[in-house]
Amino acid sequence: MGKLLSAALAGALFGAGLTLAGMVNPLKVLNFLDLAGDWDPSLALVMGAGLAVTLISFRWVLARPQPIVAAQFNLPVNKQIDSRLLAGAALFGLGWGLAGYCPGPAIAALSFGTSEPWIFVAAMLAGSLAGRCLDA
Amino acid sequence: MTSFTPYSALAGGLLIGLAATWLLLFNGRIAGISGIINGLFSNRSDRSWRAAFLVSMIVSAALIFHYTPVQFAARTDFPIGALILAGVLVGLGTRLGSGCTSGHGICGIGRLSRRSIVATACFFSVGVITALVSRHLLGVG
Repeated sequence: MGKLLSAALAGALFGAGLTLAGMVNPLKVLNFLDLAGDWDPSLALVMGAGLAVTLISFRWVLARPQPIVAAQFNLPVNKQIDSRLLAGAALFGLGWGLAGYCPGPAIAALSFGTSEPWIFVAAMLAGSLAGRCLDA
Repeated sequence: MTSFTPYSALAGGLLIGLAATWLLLFNGRIAGISGIINGLFSNRSDRSWRAAFLVSMIVSAALIFHYTPVQFAARTDFPIGALILAGVLVGLGTRLGSGCTSGHGICGIGRLSRRSIVATACFFSVGVITALVSRHLLGVG
């Protein structure tokens, strides 16, 4: 129960942050990436503020022997910078720069009553499944 | 056209950083949205916290969107073919690259992972080039 409650609280904070920051508006994201248009620097401040927190807090959190409601920290173990990482990040950047949605904002925007996020999320799940099949 | 919103951007960014801190401190998990979603379909044993996180994220986004002045006019003229292509690329890319803006950008760099620093530099650069090309050369978006 503790695990679910704390995950739900984290999700609520995350969704509130994304929405308050305006990152759920794909035009705001594209107006950041498109340096040659009417540039909107907001996204840089969102990333900067988020990183200012995690760069400090993660060091402190990970110095603990274990998390509060779980047995251990689940961190990625892969340290390789390989072609798979670069190709994946490049494909992600291509999709992100085209439509202005990354996974968090697309999911958060499902409740806004418009069809765009639903179509995007369905396509995203299909793409993710395709990537999983490549592994199998 | 969207206007620069420095205060809400900073406040929103702080909340996202706090959310990532909370999930790591309490659940020992990385708040990477693509990773949380992908785990829903691959790992039967720990689905429930992922679902709790995502459902709660959607509900809280809805409350903020509908009951505060952050509402915006939804984009209606974006070509559906480009939207689907973008979705597939984001799904495939985040699966192969093991993360997205939150997992690599906020959490991975937060713990000084070299993989995440490289991945973030890569998807930001490609995102900038793609937005420039699609908007100014192809007239999409």
